[in-house]
Amino acid sequence: MNISREKLLWAYERMRLIREFEDRLHADFAAGKIPGFVHLYAGEEAVAVGLCAHLRDDDFITSTHRGHGHCIAKGVDLRAMMAEIYGKATGACKGKGGSMHIADVDKGMLGANGIVGGGPPLACGAGLTAKLKGTDQVTVCFFGDGASNQGTTFEGLNLAGIWKLPVVFVCENNGYAETTSPRYSVSGQDIAARARGFGMPSIAIDGLDFFAVYEAAGEAIARARRGEGPTFIEAQTYRYYGHFEGDSIRYRTRDEEAYYRSLDCLQRFRQTVTA
Amino acid sequence: MTVMVEEAVRTLSYREAINEALRLEMRRDPTVIIMGEDVTGASHSEDETHLDAWGGVLGVTKGLVHEFGRQRVRDTPITESGFVGAGVGAAATGLRPVVELMFIGFMGVCLDQIVNQAAKIRYMFGGKARIPLVIRTMIGAGFRAAAQHSDSIYSTFVHFPGLKVVAPATPADAKGLLIAAIRDDDPVIFCEHKLLYDMKGPVPEGEYVIPLGQAEVKREGGDVTIVAISRMVLHALEAAERLAQQGISAEVIDLRSLSPLDEETVLQSVRKTGRLVVVDEDNPRCSVAGDIATLAATQALEFLNAPVKLVTPPHTPVPFSPVLEDAYVPSPERIVTAARATLG
Repeated sequence: MNISREKLLWAYERMRLIREFEDRLHADFAAGKIPGFVHLYAGEEAVAVGLCAHLRDDDFITSTHRGHGHCIAKGVDLRAMMAEIYGKATGACKGKGGSMHIADVDKGMLGANGIVGGGPPLACGAGLTAKLKGTDQVTVCFFGDGASNQGTTFEGLNLAGIWKLPVVFVCENNGYAETTSPRYSVSGQDIAARARGFGMPSIAIDGLDFFAVYEAAGEAIARARRGEGPTFIEAQTYRYYGHFEGDSIRYRTRDEEAYYRSLDCLQRFRQTVTA
Repeated sequence: MTVMVEEAVRTLSYREAINEALRLEMRRDPTVIIMGEDVTGASHSEDETHLDAWGGVLGVTKGLVHEFGRQRVRDTPITESGFVGAGVGAAATGLRPVVELMFIGFMGVCLDQIVNQAAKIRYMFGGKARIPLVIRTMIGAGFRAAAQHSDSIYSTFVHFPGLKVVAPATPADAKGLLIAAIRDDDPVIFCEHKLLYDMKGPVPEGEYVIPLGQAEVKREGGDVTIVAISRMVLHALEAAERLAQQGISAEVIDLRSLSPLDEETVLQSVRKTGRLVVVDEDNPRCSVAGDIATLAATQALEFLNAPVKLVTPPHTPVPFSPVLEDAYVPSPERIVTAARATLG
């Protein structure tokens, strides 16, 4: 794989920033400083950064309730994000949105979203704008294993398929929709296989490996840019913290958490580039 | 001597007026597109004779595909969440989509995309996004279409800040309000009454805008104010005519825009007449009719000489049987009775 030194440094910096940002929020929430609900992205950094490494400022992303990583990877201002999470007038959304609704349309970030499965139809709309305006802009639609069961996701996959929209669907399968594993909630178990039924290329990848994400994302985004239609990527990953801060996490084992921490995406990135 | 040259008054049907508004706006602005179920029809087919097979289920978008093509007059699969949401996403990124939600009852299939996405995005994003989306949808009983295709449940949308809601009663208003809705930077729910499509009326040529949020006094009077919405405006005007024959002068106000609401036009009239009847085809609970009554009670109670009368359907789904459906819809007779009751 051919990645410039500059791009590697950018990617590691972004992943590191996301981790630091989320760890800081974890501590601030525990200290009672943050109002409302925050859903942290720590552990999943390789997915957002591996995708956004191929995007331009004028490309679009739609995000989820766990959106801080997507924002940082897409280049939303960190201070504006933090101010927003603190509910301040200087926030990215003037304190009107909070953690679950951070957006920066000028950066192509069409919003975190408090509705599971809210994003895929919106992503199709952004893709339709690019198609009808004749630009080569691409939209990346992030959602989770929980949203992979929502009707809106299937409707979005269908629309993107029949209209050959420049949309890349990225299912971040982090193992749990709130408390529940896809082992219980996903019929057929194979999320990536579902998308093939809509006639688009679809692969499952190791979402903890930045380089695997970067490679799959590069192909999918290039394909969308060429006007060849949507692609589906199931990135298998893991969230380090609970569904939201304050979650007692009584639905998985500490051993499992330790196992995934041993596969940490930042550590693997360092090992790969310094080997 | 002055020679008066009388121009022939051009009449169009409500359907034609809406079609003309769409055509003019699509010509003026290449970012205006139409999306919906069978807005042209037969998109699978290469056969020229199949082109524009429907032009909308009741033919409102007929002919537009010939001028603007299938890219801009875009048939969708029957997936309301998918294509209404795509309309929201397209609006957020630079298009001005006019999405057709065939019947207003179908809101039940896609409410999240309307009320959690379209309505809230501008606010949640601190004002940094615009959603210039129009959702055209059909309302109204009287078509023998039964409970899921006959609702007038616009009050549901009025409930949500961030949405604008319009319900024109005449062809001229339909054209001017639709042009205003398309040019507006917020999502607008544009409610077309299916029993009005064939109604004809004078419609000015060319582009014109009727601002959202302006009611119109359709008939002036001094004894009682009748506020009405959409097709009920016609029933109110008929009732006013009958009341006039009985020596009662009724003022008829067409709200036209349900959100934003032109409170001042209603209050001015109530202050003048001291009596208020509201006619609404929507379900009576938590309705626009109730909202107007609240307006009078909270801001003009001292002017009221009688309790406010609401003329609405019963709080039931729309029945299928023609006998029951005809009894369900507020009639001019019921409006006359209500108006007379306010006069004691």
